[in-house]
Amino acid sequence: MNPTRSALLAGVRDTVPMLVGAAPFGVIFGTLAIASGIPAWAVLALSALVFAGSSQFVAVSLIGGGAALPVIWLTTFVVNLRHALYSASLLPYVRDLPARWRWPLAFWLTDETYAVVEHHLRAHGTAQGGVWYWLGSSLAMYLNWQLWTVAGVLLGQSVPGLASLGLDFAMVATFAAIVAPQLRQYPVLAAALAAGAVALLARHLPYKLGLMLAALAGVGAGMLAERLAAGRTQEEQA
Amino acid sequence: MTQPLWLAILGMVVVTYGIRLSFLVFGHRLAFPPALQRALRYVPAAVLTALIVPMALAPQGDIDLSLANAYLPGTLVAGAVAFYSRQTLPAIVLGFIAYGVWRWLF
Repeated sequence: MNPTRSALLAGVRDTVPMLVGAAPFGVIFGTLAIASGIPAWAVLALSALVFAGSSQFVAVSLIGGGAALPVIWLTTFVVNLRHALYSASLLPYVRDLPARWRWPLAFWLTDETYAVVEHHLRAHGTAQGGVWYWLGSSLAMYLNWQLWTVAGVLLGQSVPGLASLGLDFAMVATFAAIVAPQLRQYPVLAAALAAGAVALLARHLPYKLGLMLAALAGVGAGMLAERLAAGRTQEEQA
Repeated sequence: MTQPLWLAILGMVVVTYGIRLSFLVFGHRLAFPPALQRALRYVPAAVLTALIVPMALAPQGDIDLSLANAYLPGTLVAGAVAFYSRQTLPAIVLGFIAYGVWRWLF
């Protein structure tokens, strides 16, 4: 087999566990978005053009709640800002590549592809078709996400009245299941408690502005708790 | 619902693609401050909890701690299962079952 093709396929193969993990979220996203009254073209456009799962979920919740456009954009920015870290971390491997490689690879950058590709490039560098490996992982994640979104949209359309069946609860359950394991770390727990309290108090603010306040309060509380914990460790060591 | 929808999505595309392009395409002109890097670690928990808490405690707008609020037990079950098992999918399924059973009971 030619080396380009085998690198591409290796990228796809190493991404398979991530594909399996993303599949239920794609279905839940498509179904939920339809159940919240968002038209099918917009649901498909979110997956095809934004292609960032957690921000898509948050956007569905915000759009359904009648949030203002700047709130949606700012929340998307905050939720997706971690991709800048991935972008910075992978830059050394593509610094010398032409723009026709870097622009599409940037578009397809996700948590999953970053995890798989960074691991591979750190071990093997770009010598053995590393960018083809990266492209393989990117395409696999992208096509997988589109496929499961479509499945979710079809499911949402074929079962009318899903919202009244309590499908809106599925969003809360999904978020809770993502957050809960992170609460073992005290600064993250502090961040969650502060954000939750502010969100509850500010829930009547218009345009979902309370979400922005809560996110700021949570990040501030997390950093404060981290600093306090670091101070305590230093005292113990002294 | 937020209108117009296409504008909401276009803005999300610009913001998200801009972030992903940042270093990969314009990297030689950018620096990532370490404080921002630490702050980012708390974003997912803060944003998701800010969405969960009002929905679980006040699904109709007012705080509702009565038996009629099935969101609360459902959310607690989903969170507890995920906390102890670190498995997302079983947590969602069991949370949903708890929610359904609660609604059927009360």
